[in-house]
Amino acid sequence: MIRHAISDLNAWLSILAVVISSSSGDVLLSRAMKQIGDLGTLRAKRGLAFVVLLMLRNRYFLLGVGCMAVSFYSLLFGLSWNDVSLIGPAAASLTFVANAIAAKIFLHEHVDGRRWAAALLVAAGVVLMAF
Amino acid sequence: MNFRKYLVLAGVTVFAPVGDSLLAYGMKQVGNISLHDFGSLLLAISNPWVGLGIVFLLGFFASYMSALSWADLTYVLPASSLGYVLLALIARFALHERVSLMRWLGISLVSSGVGFVTAGPEITRRPPKRPTISDKPAAEHS
Repeated sequence: MIRHAISDLNAWLSILAVVISSSSGDVLLSRAMKQIGDLGTLRAKRGLAFVVLLMLRNRYFLLGVGCMAVSFYSLLFGLSWNDVSLIGPAAASLTFVANAIAAKIFLHEHVDGRRWAAALLVAAGVVLMAF
Repeated sequence: MNFRKYLVLAGVTVFAPVGDSLLAYGMKQVGNISLHDFGSLLLAISNPWVGLGIVFLLGFFASYMSALSWADLTYVLPASSLGYVLLALIARFALHERVSLMRWLGISLVSSGVGFVTAGPEITRRPPKRPTISDKPAAEHS
């Protein structure tokens, strides 16, 4: 009984950690990539090594990768305590909604009705797919 | 949107669910990890399934970075969520698993979400500002 409660608590703590770190990472990486520009065009003009170097010198990229690493280990931690059918959909669906909010606030993206609908439909769909 | 961009979105779509599945399989072999035993969490990557999962997730990361360089975050994430549908279809038709009614309903909701977002523009248009590095001619940098 107690072990079951600890397992659930650890699973939901890891889901919370995944949602926060993953959304922060997505926003930071998106900002970094917008600063750098279209990677396909850039690679064609200057080569892959130049693109990799540009990314590694961008502080938003490095911070974003750091957040993604925290998210990755939080996910591993959660998977070791509970089923992927709980951790995966719960973390993914909450991350969709958190990302839409964060993108509007921090990236000033034009999140219109169409995009809100898409984020909510996908989030709801991901939850239903766990059943 | 052109063929290359659709290919990049396909990469994001396919690599992430396959990588996640491999990680889940590997972590079931590794077993429960306590918060007090953080070293075991770092050592988990020595499991071959976890290692292979990481390789797929690196492929996902490269595609994801490329997609974010020309599209909004709120476009890329829903547009690439077809991976969930892909996993369910593999489970039903390749692995012959039973897919419940709720799951089919979930698939239709995810597909609707993808349809909604891909019907719109992929990037928020803003007034012209300082050009990005990829906009400048190569000669300026050499």
